[in-house]
Amino acid sequence: MRTQQSLSAPSLMLRFALIAIVLILIVLTFVYVGGWFAPHRVTAQRMVDQLQTNAGVFSGYRRNHAKGVCVAGYFDSNGQAQAYSLAQVFAPGRTPVVGRFAVPVGNPYAPDSSSPIRSMALRFTQANGQQWRTGMNSMPVFPVTTPQAFFELLQAQQPDPSTHKPDPAKLAAFFAAHPETAAFGAWVKTAKPSASYVTESYWSLNAFVFVDANGVHHAVRWRMVPEASDASTGGSDPNYLDADLAQRLAQGPQRWHLVITLANPGDPTNDATKEWPSDRREVDAGTLVLTSTTPQESGACRDINYDPTVLPHGIEISDDPLLPARSAAYATSYLRRTSEEAHLPGTATPKTSPEAN
Amino acid sequence: MTRAPASFVWAARALHWLMAILIVSMLFIGVGMVASVSERHAWLIAIHKPLGIAILLLAIVRLIVRLRNPPPPLPDDLPAIQKIAAYASHYLLYALMLVIPLVGWAMLSAGGYPVMLSHSLRLPPIFPVSATAFAILRHTHAWLAMLLFLTFLAHLGAALYHGLIRRDGVLSSMTGFGRKPEGNVAEPPPSLPQE
Repeated sequence: MRTQQSLSAPSLMLRFALIAIVLILIVLTFVYVGGWFAPHRVTAQRMVDQLQTNAGVFSGYRRNHAKGVCVAGYFDSNGQAQAYSLAQVFAPGRTPVVGRFAVPVGNPYAPDSSSPIRSMALRFTQANGQQWRTGMNSMPVFPVTTPQAFFELLQAQQPDPSTHKPDPAKLAAFFAAHPETAAFGAWVKTAKPSASYVTESYWSLNAFVFVDANGVHHAVRWRMVPEASDASTGGSDPNYLDADLAQRLAQGPQRWHLVITLANPGDPTNDATKEWPSDRREVDAGTLVLTSTTPQESGACRDINYDPTVLPHGIEISDDPLLPARSAAYATSYLRRTSEEAHLPGTATPKTSPEAN
Repeated sequence: MTRAPASFVWAARALHWLMAILIVSMLFIGVGMVASVSERHAWLIAIHKPLGIAILLLAIVRLIVRLRNPPPPLPDDLPAIQKIAAYASHYLLYALMLVIPLVGWAMLSAGGYPVMLSHSLRLPPIFPVSATAFAILRHTHAWLAMLLFLTFLAHLGAALYHGLIRRDGVLSSMTGFGRKPEGNVAEPPPSLPQE
């Protein structure tokens, strides 16, 4: 069957070498694309690693906003946002919601007062099966613009081994090198840890794009504005937020208005450190009604990744560079904690007591 | 006894090269998107899901084409161990082409994610929501993809070995170039004039 002349020894070697080179080049490209060759590239894994370095590993818990509680309820749309987005959630009617309130700490046993920020995450499940997931914080601006800067902030916040606290010099150097943090810095100076999740407003921080029925795009941000304004006292219980929430829900549902802010042409959509001017058009899209709460260890929110890029038809991500980074980092955190829940080999094992950190 | 074909049928060759491009792209997209935190992450994921379903559908078509059109036989003088490797790696390639997209689909279903192929097109879930199942399926998806990458390397290496070292017509049976006219292989019948 083989009719070819046999190859000379040098020719044979050359051909084997050619095959080897082709295969090696493919492997090297693959390794490069996967980031294994670039130890300084910010990857989702390294971002989550840094969160774990800063706060420790708490098996089964989110790597950030680890302390939280599940809530459930619904969103009653009044139809007013329909002119800007064809998402089913904005048609007049009710959409079920599974949500989560949290404190942005890596340690799920940290006291509620350890951060002045609270967060609200929501998953709206539309009748057509599409979902809208959003994670919002109780501040109007984010400290930084890019994933790289956020990673550097996390590095600056790494506790010093001797003091177990971040090195103030490193933090000062970071903020000096990042003037875009000024707006957040001004907010945080006056911010006090709220004694209730229910009296807080929650901002989308990132810009998104609404798409209306004619295919027209509208740059937007949104926030949840509470109906309740009576401050809670807090008290000595380090977990006062959950107690306050349960107490208020026992008295009745808690409500927020979903306020959509429409950008003017030229308003930045790729910079979460900048608020849009206060005269921008706002639309009250409806009412979020939360009716019940469950501990996160057993609640429906536990196994939800509140990835803000999970969006229904009619809402799209903007060019904000933080959004893909949030999606990637959340996915990494979600895989790690669900792997721990599944007790897969090589994953962290649960701590036996809250104190054992 | 049917006569042994010289090369793969046209449909098989077209599917092979189209899927080669799609699958190799998919492997690089997959490994790139899970590491990236840049804008690439968003659009790579947006490509990854519809491309995965496209590969699944094409793999089904390709399996049918292969069952209806048996591939050309391996050279008689190919050592037995290489024949076994060839058969085994092809079973593995077909299995992975079908299973990896299904595992990806099941994994998103188990994670409670809507399986969106575009802004508006959603596939139904094919697995009940379960965090434990999600974790297992997610790791399985990645490890099977690594196995597919290694199998692809072996496949490419073997193809080049046949083409450059053995020069036995195995590579040309898929490229369609430089087919050997000699041997006991029947030429295709001359094509009929246009009706």
